[in-house]
Amino acid sequence: MNARKQLMDGLFYQNPVTVQLLGMCSTMAITTTLFNGLGMGVSVLVILTLANIIIAALRKIIPNNIRIACFIVVIAGFVTIVDLMLQAFVPALSASLGLFIPLIVVNCIILGRAESFAYKNGIGASAMDGIFQGLGYTMILVIMCVIREFLGNGTIMGGLLEIGKDGNLIFGLGTAAGIRILPESIPALGMILPVGGFITLAVLIAAMQYILNKPKKGEKKTEEVAK
Amino acid sequence: MDWANLFTVALGAILVNNFIVAQFLGICPFMGVSKKVETASGMGLAVIFVMGLASAICWPINELILVPLGLTFMQTVTYILVIAALVQFIEMFLKKSMPSLYEALGVYLPLITTNCAVLGVVLQNTQNSYDFITSVVYGVTGGIGFLLVIVIFASIRERMEFSKCPKAFEGFPIALMAAGLVALAFMGFSGLKVFG
Repeated sequence: MNARKQLMDGLFYQNPVTVQLLGMCSTMAITTTLFNGLGMGVSVLVILTLANIIIAALRKIIPNNIRIACFIVVIAGFVTIVDLMLQAFVPALSASLGLFIPLIVVNCIILGRAESFAYKNGIGASAMDGIFQGLGYTMILVIMCVIREFLGNGTIMGGLLEIGKDGNLIFGLGTAAGIRILPESIPALGMILPVGGFITLAVLIAAMQYILNKPKKGEKKTEEVAK
Repeated sequence: MDWANLFTVALGAILVNNFIVAQFLGICPFMGVSKKVETASGMGLAVIFVMGLASAICWPINELILVPLGLTFMQTVTYILVIAALVQFIEMFLKKSMPSLYEALGVYLPLITTNCAVLGVVLQNTQNSYDFITSVVYGVTGGIGFLLVIVIFASIRERMEFSKCPKAFEGFPIALMAAGLVALAFMGFSGLKVFG
C-alpha cells in the first residue's frame, strides 16, 4: 500500500465525511468551538487507529458470520478507555462533548473502516489508514468549527485562547472564550444552532464535489464532443 | 405517578429536543433512508419499536446488575451489546411470527444497531437517572419524534427530486440544506413549556 496515496485518499479523494458521508452526527453536533472539534477529532483518530490495528491483527481469527459483533466489542472497549482517560485528564472536554464520546461506538467511520479496510489488509497498512482517515475527519471538523464559530459567535480559537485584560494571549483549555473578531451584535446565532451545522456541512460537501468533479481540460473536450 | 412529568418528557422528546433536528442523533439513517415516504415510515416504525424495547431492557440491566456490582464504567459496552442482541432477536422473532411486518421493515432492522439515536436514548436515560416508566416513555416518544421528522423530510425530498439546483449541490448537499430548513422550523418549538 502506498502511504502517500492513502494520505491523499484520507484527506481528499476518500475523505470520510465529505466523500464517504460517514459519521455525520458528531460532525454537525459538536463543531461549535475549535476546542470541541479538535478534541473530538483526536479522540476518533486514536480510537480508529487502535481499533484498526487490533482488527487487522485478529482478522484471520474472527469468523466471518459474527464479524460485526466482534468489531463492535473491540471498538466499544477502546471508546470506554478513551472516555475514562478524558474524564480523568481533560474533564473540560469530557463535559462539553458529553454524550458524544460514548457515541463514538456507533460512529459509522470506525465500523466502516474496520469492515472495508482493516478486515482485509495487514497491520501496518491498517494503522496508516486509521491515522489518515482520522486526519481527514479532524480536518473537516476543524474547518466546520472555524466557520461556525466565526459566523455564529464572532470569535476564533474558542476553548483554547483568549485575550486577557492586559492584552496578553491566555491559554485556557476549555475555559477560554476565544479571540473576538466581530463585535457581539453582528454574528448570526443560527450558525451555532443545529441549522448552522446542516447548512455548513452542505456547503462544504458541495465545495468538495465541485473541486473533485471539475473536469480537466482534456476531459471537457471529449465530453463536449460526445454531446 | 406524575402524569405531568411524563407528559413533559414525551413532548420534549417529540418536539422540543427532537432526536434528529435538535440533538443530531441518528443522522445517518435519517439521510440514508429518506428518499421515499414509504421506506422512511418503515424505518421510523422500526426505530420506535427498538428504542422503546432497548430502554425497557437496559434500565433493569443497569439498575440490577451494573450499579450493584460497581461496573458502571462498562455501560457503553454493555448497552451496545444489548442493542445488537436485541435487534438480532427481534429480527428472528418477526421472521417467524410476523412475516408481513418483517418484510415491511426489511433491511432497516439490522441497520438500527448502528443508529446513534438508540444508544443515545439509553445513555440519556442513565444520565438523567429516569425511573423505569419515564425511560420507556422517553424511548417510545423519542422514536415517534424520529418518525415525524423522517416522514416530513422524505416528503420534501420526493418533491425535490425533479427541481433544478446548482450542479455541485446535486444529491446529498441539497438534501442537507433541506434538513437544515426542517431543523430551523423545529427551532420554533424550542421555547415550549407546558407545566411551569
